[in-house]
Amino acid sequence: MSFRAGVVVFPGSNCDRDGAVALAHVTGRSPKMIWHQDTELPPLDLIFLPGGFSYGDYLRCGAIAAHSPVMREVAAAANKGVAVLGVCNGFHLLTESGLLPGALIRNAGLKFVCRDAALSVGRTDTPFTARYARGQTLRIPVAHGDGNYNADAETLARLEGEGRVAFRYCDSNPNGSARNIAGIYNETGRVLGMMPHPERAVEPALGSSDGLPLFQSLSEALA
Amino acid sequence: MNTDRIPAADLPDIQVSTEADGTGQGLSAAEYARAVEICGRAPNLLELGIFSVMWSEHCSYKSSKKWLRQFPTQAPWVIYGPGENAGAVAIGDGLAACFKMESHNHPSFIEPYQGAATGVGGILRDVFTMGARPVAILNALRFGDPAHPKTRHLIDGVVRGIGGYGNCVGVPTVGGECEFDPSYNGNPLVNAMAVGIAPANRIFTAKAEGAGNPVVYVGAKTGRDGIHGATMASTTFDDDAEQQRPTVQVGDPFTEKLLIEACLELMATDAIVAIQDMGAAGLTSSSFEMASKGGLGVELALDRVPMRETAMRPYEIMLSESQERMLMVLKPGREDVAEAIFTKWELDFAVIGRLTETGRMVLTWDDTTVADVPIPPLADEAPEYDRPWIPTEPRPALDAASLPPLGDWHEALVRLIGGPNGASRRWIWEQYDHMVMGDSLVVNGVGPGGDAALLRIHGTARALALTSDCTPRYCEADPVQGGRQAVAEAYRNLSATGAKPLAITDNLNFGSPERPEIMGQFVGCTQGMAEAAGALDFPVVSGNVSLYNETNGQAILPTPVVGGLGVLDDLGQAVSIAWRDESLDLILIGAGTGHLGCSAYLRDVLGRTGPDAGPPPPVDLAAEKQNGTAVRDLIGRGLVAACHDLSEGGLLVAAAEMALASGSGCALNLADASAGTLFGEDQGRYLIATARGADVLQRAALAGVPAQIVGHTGGGALTVNGGAPISLDDLRTAHEGWLPAFADTAA
Repeated sequence: MSFRAGVVVFPGSNCDRDGAVALAHVTGRSPKMIWHQDTELPPLDLIFLPGGFSYGDYLRCGAIAAHSPVMREVAAAANKGVAVLGVCNGFHLLTESGLLPGALIRNAGLKFVCRDAALSVGRTDTPFTARYARGQTLRIPVAHGDGNYNADAETLARLEGEGRVAFRYCDSNPNGSARNIAGIYNETGRVLGMMPHPERAVEPALGSSDGLPLFQSLSEALA
Repeated sequence: MNTDRIPAADLPDIQVSTEADGTGQGLSAAEYARAVEICGRAPNLLELGIFSVMWSEHCSYKSSKKWLRQFPTQAPWVIYGPGENAGAVAIGDGLAACFKMESHNHPSFIEPYQGAATGVGGILRDVFTMGARPVAILNALRFGDPAHPKTRHLIDGVVRGIGGYGNCVGVPTVGGECEFDPSYNGNPLVNAMAVGIAPANRIFTAKAEGAGNPVVYVGAKTGRDGIHGATMASTTFDDDAEQQRPTVQVGDPFTEKLLIEACLELMATDAIVAIQDMGAAGLTSSSFEMASKGGLGVELALDRVPMRETAMRPYEIMLSESQERMLMVLKPGREDVAEAIFTKWELDFAVIGRLTETGRMVLTWDDTTVADVPIPPLADEAPEYDRPWIPTEPRPALDAASLPPLGDWHEALVRLIGGPNGASRRWIWEQYDHMVMGDSLVVNGVGPGGDAALLRIHGTARALALTSDCTPRYCEADPVQGGRQAVAEAYRNLSATGAKPLAITDNLNFGSPERPEIMGQFVGCTQGMAEAAGALDFPVVSGNVSLYNETNGQAILPTPVVGGLGVLDDLGQAVSIAWRDESLDLILIGAGTGHLGCSAYLRDVLGRTGPDAGPPPPVDLAAEKQNGTAVRDLIGRGLVAACHDLSEGGLLVAAAEMALASGSGCALNLADASAGTLFGEDQGRYLIATARGADVLQRAALAGVPAQIVGHTGGGALTVNGGAPISLDDLRTAHEGWLPAFADTAA
């Protein structure tokens, strides 16, 4: 039995199809596509918040979409323990809606950056990372203009102390993020926000399949 | 409704110009006389504005039409050739690729970010108007001398603009080119190409049908931006160019993304009769185009057009080039279906008129007629000029004795691959999301930066190969050979990945057609392109002409950019410029004479440009076809580990680029290490890495194609004939260093 995944589509989402393709690749069935104005979610094991430019990223990245009707449902589901994966703009949405702490600001280089990034894996006892080894180096692409993760010192210390840094940039930091943070978990480890795109690294033809174990981990944990 | 709308009786638009000629609107005296004749009276200001944009060079192709007719446009795989929003070719699996290239040169000089961004938006609309989901963007960019004070500002703004639009709209920017030359100091070129994929039997066109059918406006609201943009793009610049900033449009990629999804969703129903994007000359050209293709008339109530600003006048509404707008003819009674979709995507939707049988364009404002002109003479009988031209004087052969002997090839190579025109373009393409949509292929570690971009056709085992090419200095020296070369190089770049070249789009950038020597360049280049397109079965299916690229009388180099599209039936067979293994044979395909005329070596190492640089390498079209066919055959048989065409900088630059992409060196063993052998730019050549050298040589011999082993792969350096090596690290530092150092330095 494969897990039930849903991909939320906002006006301006543009990695929704990529996410759906990756999920279908692993689960063998197409995920539910959920329109941002939906006020009720079907039963799901994973909610995928895709990358893109929701509402054009006007005002602040993810700021407007965080107030979409569906986000109340996403928060409620997350509180009930449904796994949530927010990638890129999806990570913006998670910080903007308060499901994850901190904020993502303009890249330190002030330019959009699209390239492979080397990541090191944090803990492996979460639904997202069981198939990786702790400290393993992954090659997964980033593509963003606002991926510079920041939080106050106390929050950063807590994230690190509680093992909630999911991935760190381990070669060069593409955006200037604090402590080289590329992705973080919530307190339960069931909500993950990350700037790199694991859904773009699921087959060798695309240059890397290092993102595939993330989806396979989900498959094992949630099935 | 705008409460401050100007009453029809008070509109200045319906007054007849007191100047009684069209010069204030960019029309010549003869064109004005023709307009009076067509109307049967003196046109009012609104009508005159319509004549002006419809007959602008940008919209009417009045100087170029005669010469564009020589292009071959047919092949069994061509579905739509020139004349539609984009060309369409069959790519297998019941699918079609729709593609076109278009310039946004003039606006990009005036306002680089918005100029480039809206160039991307416009070309994307040309593609999804046909029902094709856009899957790729390419850009051919040309800037002035790096030392010119504006160049850094322009490249920064243009690249940000392209990225800002393409990244947001979620279509990968997968390839292109970028070149620097002082001739572009006052006229940078920004040519954008878009490619989309549609079911071959579900392609939409602009042909209006059915008198009485509703005409519908969708997308963004109309503002005052871009008024007379097409007219601006049809004149030369002087020092006051920046005062034309209000003629530049402002783009909103978020709205474009919504428009793509809404249009494709509506296209999946049967509601649409015809659809046309509002590009240059906005509502004017889209409405004329649709009506004229269908042989019908149109009535539009301009007061129903969604407006962004208050107190707009019909003149402004008709000539606005506000972005992200579409005009559609719907089947009667299907307005509700369409409106629901556009409302869902939070876009404007308004029924603004209907088709008629009158053959006339009738515009009303508060039920008062404000313009009434016949459509066919405006749309189809635009003036056509056979402008006087003089052929470009052929250059004498380069006097080899006048060239200093090649001293140290290391230094020459570093200058070539580490100079403005040979350095890595990573700084550019890393600012573009080149992988969104999840189909951008990486072969042996090479994504962008290879000969052609490779893109899986979604849901299939096939791939598209895409490239854009032009060598303007060849075109300047010999327009016919230069035109041939642009097409041949696109053919080679596709062939080098294993893809079968199918068709091309073009973007013909030249100076003022009113100067016979410039017109001579245009005539020569188009002749050469037509010859090559015919000989290589590589028809022209769409294109764009950008004339008047000159400032203060200084014209750009003739720059007929060619965008090529090819298909690989099995994406697993694609090769890139990178090899994986050591000890492979390097085989040179094609014949060379060490031709140095017009070479990058002369320009970058010896500082010789213009007439001193001699003639460009001739293009033997039969050899191009033979060599390209042989290379594709070798790749298809799995005999090729890596392949790169030889172009700027010749053999040594090709070998260096391959080694850098592979992260592994190579040793060349050549008959001599002369400048001609190392850096000559003879055409029709490829460098292949193979584990099966004997098989490759045998197959090449059978195909009658020159082939010789010129070295082998391995090590961490590049060597020639056992001499002192140059390390890959040194090469990489030079190759990757120049552009960031130039572009990221504060002005």
